[in-house]
Amino acid sequence: MTDPYMIVIGLEVHVQLATESKLFCRCSTAFGAPPNTQTCPVCIGMPGSLPVMNRRAFELSMQTAVALDCRIAPTTKWDRKNYYYPDLPKGYQISQYDLPFSSHGHLDISDPKGRFEPRRVGIERAHLEEDAGKSLHDEQHGEADSRIDLNRAGTPLLEIVTKPDMRSPLEAKTFLTELKLLLTYLGVSDCNMQEGSLRVDANINLHVPEDGRAGGVSGATPQSAVIGTAATAAGTIATPIVEIKNMNSFRAVERALEYEAKRQWEVWQETGQRLGDAPKQTRGWDDAAGVTHGQRHKEDSSDYRYFPDPDLAPITVAPEVVKKIRRGQGERPAALRSRLEQSYGITPYDSDVLVSQGRDLVQYYLAAADACGDGKLASNWLQQDVLRSLNERGGTIGDFPVGPTALADLLSRVKRNELDTNRARQVFQKMLTEGITAAAAVEALGIKQVDESELIALCRELLAANPKVAEDIRGGNDKAAGALVGQAKKRNPNANPGRVRELCVELAKEKM
Amino acid sequence: MSLLRHSATTLLSQMSDGKLSSVELVQEYLEQIERHDGRVKAFLRVDAARALKQAAAIDDRRSRGESLGPLAGLPVAVKDLLCDEGQLCTCASRMLADFRPPYDSTVVAKLKAADAVLLGRTNLDEFAMGGSGENSAFQVTRNPWNLERTPGGSSSGAAACVAAAMAPLSIGSDTGGSIRQPAGLCGITGLKPTYGRVSRYGLVAFASSLDQVGPLAGSAEDAALLLEVLAGHDPRDTTSINAPVPRYSQTIGQPLAGLRLGRVREHFGPGLDPEVSAAVEAAVEVYRSLGATVCDVSLPHEKYGIATYYIIAPSEASSNLARYDGVHYGYRTDERAMHDELAAERKQLAATIGKRDFDAQADAVENPLLRMYRQSRSEGFGPEVKRRIMLGTYTLSAGYYDAYYVKALKVRRLIANDYEAAFRSCDMLIGPVSPTPAFKIGEKHSDPLAMYLVDLYTVGANLAGIPGISIPCGRSRDGLPIGLQLQGPAMSEERLLRSAHMFQRNTDWHLARALLD
Ligand SMILES: [Zn+2]
Repeated sequence: MTDPYMIVIGLEVHVQLATESKLFCRCSTAFGAPPNTQTCPVCIGMPGSLPVMNRRAFELSMQTAVALDCRIAPTTKWDRKNYYYPDLPKGYQISQYDLPFSSHGHLDISDPKGRFEPRRVGIERAHLEEDAGKSLHDEQHGEADSRIDLNRAGTPLLEIVTKPDMRSPLEAKTFLTELKLLLTYLGVSDCNMQEGSLRVDANINLHVPEDGRAGGVSGATPQSAVIGTAATAAGTIATPIVEIKNMNSFRAVERALEYEAKRQWEVWQETGQRLGDAPKQTRGWDDAAGVTHGQRHKEDSSDYRYFPDPDLAPITVAPEVVKKIRRGQGERPAALRSRLEQSYGITPYDSDVLVSQGRDLVQYYLAAADACGDGKLASNWLQQDVLRSLNERGGTIGDFPVGPTALADLLSRVKRNELDTNRARQVFQKMLTEGITAAAAVEALGIKQVDESELIALCRELLAANPKVAEDIRGGNDKAAGALVGQAKKRNPNANPGRVRELCVELAKEKM
Repeated sequence: MSLLRHSATTLLSQMSDGKLSSVELVQEYLEQIERHDGRVKAFLRVDAARALKQAAAIDDRRSRGESLGPLAGLPVAVKDLLCDEGQLCTCASRMLADFRPPYDSTVVAKLKAADAVLLGRTNLDEFAMGGSGENSAFQVTRNPWNLERTPGGSSSGAAACVAAAMAPLSIGSDTGGSIRQPAGLCGITGLKPTYGRVSRYGLVAFASSLDQVGPLAGSAEDAALLLEVLAGHDPRDTTSINAPVPRYSQTIGQPLAGLRLGRVREHFGPGLDPEVSAAVEAAVEVYRSLGATVCDVSLPHEKYGIATYYIIAPSEASSNLARYDGVHYGYRTDERAMHDELAAERKQLAATIGKRDFDAQADAVENPLLRMYRQSRSEGFGPEVKRRIMLGTYTLSAGYYDAYYVKALKVRRLIANDYEAAFRSCDMLIGPVSPTPAFKIGEKHSDPLAMYLVDLYTVGANLAGIPGISIPCGRSRDGLPIGLQLQGPAMSEERLLRSAHMFQRNTDWHLARALLD
């Protein structure tokens, strides 16, 4: 990084949990239903109604927190966050304030391309809360006409807050990708950003050297660390923190942060404002224009008058429950990657590609690699042939016509030199289109193993017919044998090119 | 003897014996309401047609030999704070003047399942906030024993209608004394159950950690009958207690041998009216004569009860009542007038400061949404409700939260500990319900602090979550009823009812009905 400043990024991620029903009632959480059809007295805050916690939502949140290596609080409670907004029917949101069910976790990130050093991103806390409804502004009917859809009200949201541990927009994007992958592996959320199942806000500021400001900054003392703020190193100054909202993809998060870092550097050079000189600002990302815009301050944002919700009893979590969840969880993506690298001998790049495809594909890979005994070969075939076909055909690896055992069978033949890559691809295509075994495909394509003596005879003939080539080989240019491979294939399509090449070299030199 | 003098228990057996039909009984009560409620104003609404229809249906089913619920054919009045599907539920507030919940509260559903006849909806202090019924947005209920006096509150109509024999049974709610105090001032029996004994689902919330629904009736025996129907676990209220419901009405007749009563020293201190004191002491003697032993107990933190209550209850209320904002629930201000006003304000501002400055200061004119919230709430809520919302908003605010709310929670714990300690040396606490008999309407209305003190002896049970019962134990020189309070440990309703019944078997204060004598 050649920037004269350090970028400090923390993220707040809201994840909609994949429960059938809402957090405090039995209404469906399905997306896309006509407005206000998935509601009941509880989720619309009808006077007299009372919330009852959905245990499944709590389980899914625990799954996530455990996978993020969070500390699980033995006792947790619900708090009311009081504020007025038209999409908030009760005038308060049920959330968790000072006793979140989990805290002090982390998620490790690294870049297979090596663009940043592996980093451990701290998880400040993860807590469960209910979602609000949606305001639909009907522009056609003038400014006074707003409609509220409460289908989403009461949907369970897991809020994950990181420590300000990321140092570049790329790290932030990588964190989000890794988090999404983890959530997908756990099956706790569908992470669909378009449908709002995953929402991201980012906090960003800069740490600049004291002499970094054009014109120089004199006599500055380092800012002391504030909660939620990365501690500044001696001789550096923290600029005011900005929260960015309205980012609809991980790419948008990266772009917004890149833009914002540059903008903050310019503002710093102009104003010299430090953390504490200005209140925390909220800016919205305009993806089309590629800029952030300042948003109006919420007038009442300062005091939510949190207090424990008297309608809901505190929850106690026994240590055995946490242990059980930990035991029941499959391998996490990071662990899978290192296992693939260490036990199957593939590169970090390859393990990343495979693991990013999800648990089912990794299972497929492991079965194929184990059966053919060659992790690298299996990895190459998976990435080049299986994934490409899968992309073209659509569908999931589960209903891919060539199962891992069948693929392993094919790969074993390649390993035994029975098939060259081109022929193997033909066999694979045949297996794929006709849903047959490797053996059947080999037979259908008329591929036969050519007898060694027959092959020797063929090579001798070719060498005799091409004295110049034979001469070159004898002169030490083994590559010249390549010229004979094509001719051999023409004479006998089943001739193995590798073997033809070997034999030609051997036989030519024999005549010396 | 008039039907109206009979107990609910007697009326029930007359109906099951075929000597009385529900329609006849309901008609009798409707006539009594017709005669007296113009002056008492206990009911906000009486749906005679619906009640008679329900009664006829029950009579019909009885005649066909169908099995009927435990309250079959008995009229019950319901405080206008409990949801009854499709019926108005105003909470005596202008805010909810036309609110019709689309669902039944668990209590109303249980009454329906028990084949009770829903007679009408009784008046209360707005959102149950008050101790005199004067905070109703619609009418002031009067004490049937003296129409110049208050029936107490907040279940003012619930108590007055039983006292005036306009209903044999009624449902109230008690957050700081709202069942026991009006029962005491009206000379009837009222029970606040253990917190969680009766479901709060569908009870419009005032202070969620204190609210509890309970019966008001002519006697402990009748209260037992009603509580048996109301009580029980409700999966829709996670604060409700999952424990079997005793057959209160079956065991009510069994006297308690060796009953140990604790006379609460703090409930006989300064401020207690001598006539009330004398009546309560006489009641203590009655128990002694029935074989009870009486000892003095102390609740050292009782003196902080009112202060604690007036932090916790308003804090919760400020949040519970936030939903009445004119968007989803409640009265909405006249928007056309509001927009006209805003436009005029903008125009005036622009004229004063010029177009350029106006653009810079556009925020100086309130945004329409905030104005709508503010006006709707200002116009929809009455003064006492607003006072409590402001109190609660203040005590939950950053910077005050620890000093008020958190401290109040700690004192609440100490008060609960006091009760626990007291119940180690006695079975039940005995004392007055209220410091004085019914006061005059308007007497304390302009003095909220004096009004808050009417709950002096009752808030403790709500803060500690324990049950308490109020039974009549005497009459003042002016003929006003005086109430006796018994409090027991959590889930001791059965023993409370039996103790109260012991007293009522040996006295006849509970038999008197106002406007009939
Ligand atoms: Zn719902």
